[in-house]
Amino acid sequence: MSLTRCFAIVLRQYYLIRGSFARFVQLFVWVGLDMILWGFMTKYMNTLSDSKTNFVPMLLGAVLLWDFLVRVMQGVTIAFFEDVWSRNFLNIFATPLKISEYLSGLVITSLASSCVGLVVMLILSTSIFGLSFFSYGLTLIPFIMILFMFGIALGIFATAIVLRLGPASEWFIWPVPALISPFIGVFYPLTVLPEWMRGVSKILPPSYVFEEMRRIVAGEASNNQSLVVGLILSAFYILLACWTFKKTYGYAIRSGLIARYSAESVS
Amino acid sequence: MKSKVLSVEFLSKSFGNIEAVKNVSFSVEKGEIVGLLGPNGAGKTTTINMVLGLLEPTLGNVKIEESDLVKNRSLALAKTNFAAVYAPLPGNLTVFQNLRIFSLIYEVKNASQRIEDLIMQFELSRFRDSKCGVLSSGEQTRVCLAKAMLNQPKLLVLDEPTASLDPSTAKEIRTKIREFASTGESGVLWTSHNMYEVEDVCDRVLFLSKGKILLEGNPKTLPAEYGKPSLEELFIAVAREPVSLQGV
Repeated sequence: MSLTRCFAIVLRQYYLIRGSFARFVQLFVWVGLDMILWGFMTKYMNTLSDSKTNFVPMLLGAVLLWDFLVRVMQGVTIAFFEDVWSRNFLNIFATPLKISEYLSGLVITSLASSCVGLVVMLILSTSIFGLSFFSYGLTLIPFIMILFMFGIALGIFATAIVLRLGPASEWFIWPVPALISPFIGVFYPLTVLPEWMRGVSKILPPSYVFEEMRRIVAGEASNNQSLVVGLILSAFYILLACWTFKKTYGYAIRSGLIARYSAESVS
Repeated sequence: MKSKVLSVEFLSKSFGNIEAVKNVSFSVEKGEIVGLLGPNGAGKTTTINMVLGLLEPTLGNVKIEESDLVKNRSLALAKTNFAAVYAPLPGNLTVFQNLRIFSLIYEVKNASQRIEDLIMQFELSRFRDSKCGVLSSGEQTRVCLAKAMLNQPKLLVLDEPTASLDPSTAKEIRTKIREFASTGESGVLWTSHNMYEVEDVCDRVLFLSKGKILLEGNPKTLPAEYGKPSLEELFIAVAREPVSLQGV
């Protein structure tokens, strides 16, 4: 693996973000707006509630972690879409660049862009609404790791779909987070779900994060075992996503899809 | 005997029942410019895509110098580069940014100096910080050619590189590519529909028709060998009546 070639993929995204106000702003504007919207929502809910429940760490914390997961996924997919939109596949894939280097470049890009979003969310949620991430203790580390790894897996899997089905299929990708959100219990405990939905939740790593977060907010002891399951599942999904991308790329090379990508068909 | 920079052996590609390329073998030697000619749909771009690793052959193999493209793809492609009229560089990056990114991908040594040299050589200085998307098609072609020269490839693949250039610029580009090949370290595989250009530039031509190599030879003497007054007439004959040439 050549770090120089990985860096080339990252540098391309840096140049694009540096040269475009629209790309720069999207790094933090939507997540910032989410923090403000949900921050005031939770403050309002705190005034309605008779109990001493504090909705800030429960709901605003959940939104923050959820937005982080979505940004990680989009960090990978948008970097890949830049090559789709600029019809750059021939230039990129007729070079010594290896698939592992290309994917690593996308992952590093996502890490950088999602960290910008995370920092902005933390600043807003802490300074305006008093959310303290220290209240989650050291479990915050596996929280972030699970969400980052699963976001990367989702992103790579999504790019494989677009590589296989063509540029128009990017519209399948944008709603992916919304499709999985009911199963992972961002805003509610999994116990409210019907049995079959809970079955799906068990194979989705973020559900372990949000369940654990609620447990900590409720003052219960954290269950490290469930976080380990979440980490193992996330690692498995990353491997599965990379395998899927590699297989899809192999198909695209065999069938001529790469060379005729804009046609969205090989026949 | 000069060493080969490209060896194509028994290359075939089928798409379902359609055989786009059938058992094609040829080579390009160091210092040589080989023209790959043929009518639309003859299999030129399919062959080029296989040479560039963008398309996996059904049968046969491609070697860049001694590196097998399937077994050692990254090493083989590190010694190759290309420019094609249908593969412009991203229009949302500047000339310098595009060259910088590809210099990293090809791991070019002394990249900054190499980029500046190429910007000078292809007269791109005043467009250095312009986005490629705002350049004229001729200027974009020059940027693509600069990109193609970045790693001083052993094999340079050019798919109709002068198609969008005015005659004066096209002549300059032909001269530059001739100079590049004349160093004796690299070979060039060139496709064009401009027979004047092919005759001027190429040391050898291969005529493809319906996925097969029909004729091969020196572009200056080949037309006479087949009773045609010019390379253009020979091209027309290949396109319209390939069977009549097979037995000549």
